[in-house]
Amino acid sequence: MNGGAARALLDVRDLKVGLPTRRGPLAILNGVDLHVKEGEVLGVVGESGAGKSITGLAVIGLLEPPARIDGGEVWFDGARIDGLSGDELRRIRGARIGVIFQDPLTSLNPLYTIGFQLTETIRTHMDLGADAAEKRAVELLDEVGIPAAASRLNAYPHEFSGGMRQRVVIALALCANPRLIIADEPTTALDVSIQAQIIGVLKRLCREHGTAVMLITHDMGVIAETADRVAVMYAGRVIEDGTVAEVVRNASHPYSHGLMGSIPTIGARIGRLPQIRGAMPRVGAVPAGCAFAPRCPDVRDLCRAERPVMMDGKATSAACWQYSPRWSDAAAATGGAAADG
Amino acid sequence: MADTPLLQVEDLAVHFRLPLPVAERAMGRRPKVLKAVDGVSFAIGKGVTLSVVGESGCGKSTVARLIAGLYRPTRGRVAIDGHDVTAARDRTRAIRRRLTMIFQDPQASLNPRWRVRDIIAEPIRAFGIAGDARETSRQVDGLLEQVGLAGADGEKYPHEFSGGQRQRISIARALASKPDLILCDEPTSALDVSVQAQILNLMRDLQDELGLTYLFISHDLAVVHHMSDRIAVMYLGRFVEVAEAAALFAAPQHPYTRLLLETIPDLGMTKRDREAVAGEVPSPIDPPGGCAFHPRCPHADERCRTERPDLRPSQSGAGGGAVACHAVEEGRLPPAPSGEAADG
Repeated sequence: MNGGAARALLDVRDLKVGLPTRRGPLAILNGVDLHVKEGEVLGVVGESGAGKSITGLAVIGLLEPPARIDGGEVWFDGARIDGLSGDELRRIRGARIGVIFQDPLTSLNPLYTIGFQLTETIRTHMDLGADAAEKRAVELLDEVGIPAAASRLNAYPHEFSGGMRQRVVIALALCANPRLIIADEPTTALDVSIQAQIIGVLKRLCREHGTAVMLITHDMGVIAETADRVAVMYAGRVIEDGTVAEVVRNASHPYSHGLMGSIPTIGARIGRLPQIRGAMPRVGAVPAGCAFAPRCPDVRDLCRAERPVMMDGKATSAACWQYSPRWSDAAAATGGAAADG
Repeated sequence: MADTPLLQVEDLAVHFRLPLPVAERAMGRRPKVLKAVDGVSFAIGKGVTLSVVGESGCGKSTVARLIAGLYRPTRGRVAIDGHDVTAARDRTRAIRRRLTMIFQDPQASLNPRWRVRDIIAEPIRAFGIAGDARETSRQVDGLLEQVGLAGADGEKYPHEFSGGQRQRISIARALASKPDLILCDEPTSALDVSVQAQILNLMRDLQDELGLTYLFISHDLAVVHHMSDRIAVMYLGRFVEVAEAAALFAAPQHPYTRLLLETIPDLGMTKRDREAVAGEVPSPIDPPGGCAFHPRCPHADERCRTERPDLRPSQSGAGGGAVACHAVEEGRLPPAPSGEAADG
């Protein structure tokens, strides 16, 4: 990789995660390719079971055994991090990659005060004395919008509301000025009016600090308002990658296209929502070829036989055969296949 | 008789007394009271969808449960087709048959040890709708097909289905007693968007086909916008605004409704910074006095802090809208951001 400004901060190549079972390994991720550039917000969307959260966990080495990385590479800031030991990863996590999980109550220790948890994290990753760490903790709480921050240091997590707790978690993630934050459904557990506040805080802070964000969520609305670029996941792979505007308005992959159409929006009320028939295949039951083929309105024999790689689609890249030169041949070969499929 | 709404609710309220630790009881403290629903009135005509929308803890699910008879109301009245059914003893079998419910989590609302066929047949048997076993079986097959499943699926157990299919089973069961009114409590909140679209389409198709009336409970404004004829916005146990769906989105009156509409992330990619809205939903155990929304409201004044506003027909809202806000009544509020819906 060249050392240019647009160098990928995080580069995930053909990442495979599997779960060994008695009947052989179960593939959870089937080769995920994605990258996050410096200072960029990458939205990772997909339905439950698509592998979004597993991708995030695999990147930071928090996969829960027996799930394990079966192949592929994870590069962070020019160094490969997927094979690192627990200790080495621990030094990266928190210091250079911050993490925000969905439920703030489970990512805060209920037995310690907010102030203790913040200063502990700060002192683990930064060379600061007790007073300086406390000062920084107050600054951080102030930055995430907690009123009277200094007086809240001695409060316990249960004394905070859900939105305030998530602010504390963001403060924790930002403690050591990480280059990248992985935010896994950071607003899903919150009410809409609170969700808007939290997205606002996250966006503002990352812009101010130049932190890149990998924002994992199922909520396209959140992505549309926050992300610069989107990776759409389906059945353990990234199937479309492009700028937010293009993916939302002009998606190349039939799945992304259908997904965007099926989201009810406020505005023109339509009689029926466009729907994608069927459901995403379960882990372990992903068909050969294109995983979306059984639900695709435009499927051809080629799709069922061979798995498409990422190709240049309309304005984004998409893993779909219709953007391959072989598409027209496939059409000629099996004209009637789509009609009765 | 034609003017009798299918469902009429008047001043419905339920107050829960919270358990008090023994020590505090011994000291003579009085138990705290949670006013989950505190004086809600509305009516739904036949074939209409009324949605109740609000944030978690506002009491919207409790409204559905009160109407279903799962809680005993502290005060107020529920009438179905003119029959008062507030007290459990008034709920005759004939009335109960006409009202069913779909819950949020199909996993939790389907008995995992029953075959789907038996789950759907239960209301048919309970209300004696089919004459014999063969007729029951025929009706179950019909219901399964109506919700987009195959008759053979009846032999399976709930765990063999995906979330969306399970919700289809719940809908089939809700339809089994040939109801008029279905209470839908967040029926798609547990589903993925592409599956949500399937279920919402199915629910609207069934409504057209069978003339069903829905009370639709949801926190998702986009879903509510898609499904409803009328919408009630709920905040801390009370309705703050009721209006025709189009009017509510085009010209929201109540400051809380405006806040909700402004904060929903949409696909418009406005990329606006949205930190302007301060505050959180207060606890319903000790709600603020006066208008419950006043601590978060930019237009609150002394009257809002002391006097609770009632739901009054709004002048500007077309189509029988009503709003509970002193500022709207006094004309202190800037005009509603009209055209909000058009560019959404």
